[in-house]
Amino acid sequence: MERITPLLWLLFSAGGTVAALFLPVHLFLTGLAFPLGWLEAPSYESVLHLMARPPVRLYLFVIIALPLFHWAHRFRYTLYDGLQLKHLTMLIAVLCYGAAVLGTIVTAYLLWTMP
Amino acid sequence: MNVGPHYTLYHPRWYRRRVSVWWWLQKRSYTGFVLRELTSVFVAFFAVVYLWQLRALAQGPDAYAQFLARLKTPLFLTLDTVAFLFVLFHAITWFNLTPKAMVVRARGKRVPDRVIIGSNYAAWLVVSVAVAVVLLRG
Amino acid sequence: MASTIALTVARYRPEREAAPIFQTYDIPFRKDWVVLDGLNHIKDTQDGSLSFRWSCRMGVCGSCGMKVNGTPKLTCATFLSDYLPGPVRVEPLDYFPVVRDLVVDLSDFMRKLRQVKPWIIREEESPADGEYLQTPEQLDTYKQFSMCINCMLCYSACPIYGLEPSFIGPAVIALAQRYNMDSRDQGAAERHKILSEHDGIWQCTFVGECTKVCPKHVDPAGAIQQYKLTSATRWVKSLLLPWSAR
Repeated sequence: MERITPLLWLLFSAGGTVAALFLPVHLFLTGLAFPLGWLEAPSYESVLHLMARPPVRLYLFVIIALPLFHWAHRFRYTLYDGLQLKHLTMLIAVLCYGAAVLGTIVTAYLLWTMP
Repeated sequence: MNVGPHYTLYHPRWYRRRVSVWWWLQKRSYTGFVLRELTSVFVAFFAVVYLWQLRALAQGPDAYAQFLARLKTPLFLTLDTVAFLFVLFHAITWFNLTPKAMVVRARGKRVPDRVIIGSNYAAWLVVSVAVAVVLLRG
Repeated sequence: MASTIALTVARYRPEREAAPIFQTYDIPFRKDWVVLDGLNHIKDTQDGSLSFRWSCRMGVCGSCGMKVNGTPKLTCATFLSDYLPGPVRVEPLDYFPVVRDLVVDLSDFMRKLRQVKPWIIREEESPADGEYLQTPEQLDTYKQFSMCINCMLCYSACPIYGLEPSFIGPAVIALAQRYNMDSRDQGAAERHKILSEHDGIWQCTFVGECTKVCPKHVDPAGAIQQYKLTSATRWVKSLLLPWSAR
């Protein structure tokens, strides 16, 4: 665990930067502007058309997978420090990073197999 | 071996205070810090919602329409608003803190923090506009 | 202007109390007095049993660190006039064991400081022509971190140090950086071993309180984040270029 801490921190930093730059606009559009009708949501066909291009799939992979690792690292420390769960440290780490890895695999699978 | 008399060093009884599990409520800056850390939960929420959307997309136009309808429910609108605010808080605190981790030196002097922060916000603006253009043009 | 102000001081006499109690003293208010002046007045005229550390009374020795109204401060640099009408609560620094009254035990910090080797490490001792040369730009890279006076306010402000006493702490990392960044030093690899342990830099979650309370503007939080990046870069390099010694 100690030897990969630098890697986990790098993933956390990359994820945090991606989250800071890309998530606000995506959340605003998908979560508020489109459902509330402030702006016109793209149609099913145009979304599929967009996603036919590999760079778009790669982009989506990055903005889903890296933020997951950002969450895993930060949340792990929040539980450890905030709730003082020192005795569960290995369990928390495995659950958090495990969830991020799982999410990454699911994302990759979905993006690979999508028509 | 010669074992002489064993003296115990006089040690005054030191007082050690236990840190309360509510330590983060005791100071405003601590609470702000914990809120900042909790933004990660909403970052993960975004990832999950987008994964769900991808899955709906893969399942066909009806599933996708159903998913979009779900996003219009009051529950999701509330969740999305809260998530948006937290992610915004994450972005602002993240950009403001990057110069601490990355010291850029140009011509022997350290580039002032506000230049780095300013470039972060500029990049954010460019990225957001680009994404919006792509998604709105269809 | 007020003529007196109240100081509510934490007292702990292990032979008498099981836990700290508060005692309030009224002292004359002078607009140029600092909290330390008030404490000395109490000790000189009201209660000689009050115990506290102080030395230079001008903010360079780092001895008089205490909590004033909940915030870690140097009592020789904290003016009573900023706390009118009072009372002013004076307590020992958090997260260190209290020995007596306002005196805390700092041996944990001393031990950790030694571990990180805060001195110039060279392969060969002195250069051939008798002195090291350093440009102002080279000095500028580490000068801020050299301002640390070991006052421990940062440890008292760091919640991670409170929750995890094995954490090496802000001042120690800042001082390690002061030497790592010094152009005369060749010991970065040695310090890296201790800093990159779990109780080294990786315990830090960038709360930032340490930088807020530092009276000498050392910015230990910045030092720690910079070292995280250095350590991560080093890790990547060791993965990609395992043959490079550093």
